[in-house]
Amino acid sequence: MKFAVIVFPGSNCDHDAHYALTEVLGQQVNLVWHKDRDLGGADVVVLPGGFSYGDYLRTGAIAKFSPVMSRVTDFAAAGGPVIGICNGFQVLLEAGLLPGGMRRNQTLKFICEHVHLRVEANDTPFTCDTTVGQVLRIPIAHGEGNYYADSDTVRSLQEHRQIVFRYTAPDGSLDDSWNVNGSVDAIAGICNRDRNVVGLMPHPERACEDAVGSRDGRVVLQSVLSALGGPGGLPVNSS
Amino acid sequence: MIDRDTIASHGLTVDEYDRIVSILGRDPNLLELGIFSVMWSEHCSYKSSRVHLKTLPTDGPRVLQGPGENAGVLDIGDGLAAVFKIESHNHPSFIEPYQGAATGVGGIIRDIFTMGARPLALLNSLRFGELDTPLTQRLVEGVVAGIAGYGNSIGIPTVGGEVAFDKSYAGNPLVNVFCLGIAPVDGIIKGRAEGVGNAVYYVGAKTGRDGIHGATMASAEFDDASEEKRPNVQVGDPFMEKLLLEACLEVMESDALIGLQDMGAAGLTCSSCEMGARGDAGIDIDVSTVPQRETHMTPYEIMLSESQERMLFIVRQGREAEVERVFEKWDLHAVRIGQVTDDGLLRVRNGGDVVAEIPNKPLADEAPLYERPYHEPSDFKARQNLNVDTLDLSTPPTDILLRLMSAPDVASKRWIYRQYDHMVRTNTIAPAGTGAGVIRVKGTSRALAFSVDGNGRYCYLDPYQGAMLAVAESARNVACAGGVPIGATNCLNFGNPERPEIMWQFARAVAGIGEACRALDVPITGGNVSLYNETDGEAILPTPVIGVVGLLENPEQTVGRCFQEADSVVMLLGDSRLSLGGSEYLKVVHGLVRGVPPILDLKTECALQRVLVELAAAGVLLSAHDCSDGGLAVTLAECSVDTEGVGCDVAIPTDAEGTISALFGEGASRVVISVRKNDVGRVTEVAAAASIPCLTLGRSGGKRIRIAIGGEDVIDAPLDDVAQAWSSGLSRYFEDSAA
Repeated sequence: MKFAVIVFPGSNCDHDAHYALTEVLGQQVNLVWHKDRDLGGADVVVLPGGFSYGDYLRTGAIAKFSPVMSRVTDFAAAGGPVIGICNGFQVLLEAGLLPGGMRRNQTLKFICEHVHLRVEANDTPFTCDTTVGQVLRIPIAHGEGNYYADSDTVRSLQEHRQIVFRYTAPDGSLDDSWNVNGSVDAIAGICNRDRNVVGLMPHPERACEDAVGSRDGRVVLQSVLSALGGPGGLPVNSS
Repeated sequence: MIDRDTIASHGLTVDEYDRIVSILGRDPNLLELGIFSVMWSEHCSYKSSRVHLKTLPTDGPRVLQGPGENAGVLDIGDGLAAVFKIESHNHPSFIEPYQGAATGVGGIIRDIFTMGARPLALLNSLRFGELDTPLTQRLVEGVVAGIAGYGNSIGIPTVGGEVAFDKSYAGNPLVNVFCLGIAPVDGIIKGRAEGVGNAVYYVGAKTGRDGIHGATMASAEFDDASEEKRPNVQVGDPFMEKLLLEACLEVMESDALIGLQDMGAAGLTCSSCEMGARGDAGIDIDVSTVPQRETHMTPYEIMLSESQERMLFIVRQGREAEVERVFEKWDLHAVRIGQVTDDGLLRVRNGGDVVAEIPNKPLADEAPLYERPYHEPSDFKARQNLNVDTLDLSTPPTDILLRLMSAPDVASKRWIYRQYDHMVRTNTIAPAGTGAGVIRVKGTSRALAFSVDGNGRYCYLDPYQGAMLAVAESARNVACAGGVPIGATNCLNFGNPERPEIMWQFARAVAGIGEACRALDVPITGGNVSLYNETDGEAILPTPVIGVVGLLENPEQTVGRCFQEADSVVMLLGDSRLSLGGSEYLKVVHGLVRGVPPILDLKTECALQRVLVELAAAGVLLSAHDCSDGGLAVTLAECSVDTEGVGCDVAIPTDAEGTISALFGEGASRVVISVRKNDVGRVTEVAAAASIPCLTLGRSGGKRIRIAIGGEDVIDAPLDDVAQAWSSGLSRYFEDSAA
């Protein structure tokens, strides 16, 4: 399975996504520079975390103008699986590939710690190996991860089951004190109507090995291998 | 044009001016005076400290680069090297806390990648005044936000550090930042100019008027006029530095660069003359070709500007286009501003005119060397006088424990480190807040452990002893994580060296560092000196901060400070000589900084560290926590208060000085460990073989902290109460603490 990890100026977690996908999951990864107009035949596109363009203007606002984004948009429109992690999620929001926006954390401070996510929908390419209600312990690291959408949009997300992850207590119950950034409806991650584009603020690529504190993130990256029809962990013959 | 006032306002003495005249064979012009003034400032030249720093041990089989370059380098095997250093940004952080701290982070990161290493982790050591004043709260908020803002944006994890509070730092906060990176041994780049005719290039942010005379500001005390110094603080742009970092690392994959140096203190002046001096060459640059972001900048301003995120480099002849292309890819513009010559001069042109000409070597390497006079302070012996019998010891020990756990020095630092991305790059294998920083070295089976430590109170009471204790503590923290200490960097924060009592503190501290480093076989590979940390004649506590780096052969064995499970056996390893002198107890409960710091036996310390490493490697340590601030009672409580909440039920030895001393007295070479029952025999054997005292204290588990002495419970507190005091001790001063 070939992954394209898009690298914007200021992306940081491209290295981490590359490492998780190649070293832990044994997949092929191209780091695609933002000026490239070719995804290199990728089966999956990853928009990684970081501070693309220094968060100038708004987080993710400038990245959408990069040449590579028109390719990513075409890929998504054709049904290809796309995952946006943290700053990558912000880029998808700014590019209009996902609804809603991102505000500063309610504490007005950057927060880096492990949180618990409950899987709300397991019919996306990035959650198909999970069960609904499964709780994953995955780290966040952001200053602007307070997901916001107006009440109509939130209702629509709920109706169309586009909420993929929520912040919860370790036992999976909803509790304001565990929603540390204040996101509306405790939303940690969503998908588009066609269910092929997923964005989430937490970092699954930072939770693929016990050595770094949790391996719960592996299933998120692993799922897409199942979704594309190959047995998890083995490269699929290119078609 | 050059009159006495001009000389004085440049921070130079008349003697220094005369020396300049004799080097040049004539009077300097204003630009040349400016150049000398920053190069010969205390901050850049170390003129008060070099005589003493020369006595530090800097050699060792692993040392590939000692002091003198942008960072130190140690061989860590597998063809790789650890590149690291600690630096201060104290004065700017008082003036403008966010930018002062942010640019401190930016500066040390550049020092690492300028050597050819990818920076992989940051630590910081901070000092502030007492937290109950709004000014200090504002400084803490700003400094932490600045460190977070810069480090997080550039994607380098801040994995740990230390912070302490004392009124002496109120007007002189300390912000010391440590950075560690990894480079291939054959990819280390030096900051030297070589090869006549080779091009000198500038890349990075445009030059502006910020930070001019920043180096001179750092070489003087503060007074009422200090607010005016705001324009001296540089402004940082971590996005620009991220681009620079990636582009430089990419360029360094080939051998097109001969030398690289970042522009830090004293900007273009320092980088050009230092590169020239190191390469025994001359550098000829034209300031009119330097990218500028403000109009009508004079050569003086351009040469002295401390605008951030700029690099100077020398390109191999014929490789210029190749290098320019790599920088263009990252939307950076590398501009040729001059060339290397063979006349040993720093020659500055402005278009067609030569506006300065100074021999490089005398400028960079022959700053005046001062043997400043020093003598013991008159009240030194009096400070060491502590009569425990005069203290009111009636407060119940349990209450004392709660007070100490909620003291900002001791309390949980989670409010701080939660603001730092400590996980980016997925190398961090020791969770934040559990002890030394530990990062794995991908591509090998190894890890690096590192810690920054200092104790101003101990150094105030005995600078020699206090400095030795700081080295020992830093190495011990590394050993507690399972790492073998292999080298160190130091940041020496002191007051005005022109005062003999302060110079005495400095000289004694450096001597103490030297003795401890020799005994522990930990060479100093570089570091930083920050003097003039005083306001209106009041100096900070003398605060040498040591950053020790250690090697772990197998990351599986990383050990943290917290008990891991109930019913593990809690044991005490090491020395039992305690002191209330300079202790956290004495400060928090009695408001005193007096007495004699703990005794340190370096042979015992060495042996203890070897025992810790051996036990960690054998996989028997569930936890290891060295006893420092607050003594044994606080140490035991700190092992229990983590999120899993495993209490303890222990009996501790009596102390000749009494119960309070046994509980809260501080001592060196002392570690609390927890192990499974089956491993107790192994621990006892290993300790005995090294002649390290070893005592079983009790068991972990339960919802209480229970400590008995001589068969009687002296502390018995619900773990939740202790944890609550600890977790809110620091955060309660800040509004947003929803923690």
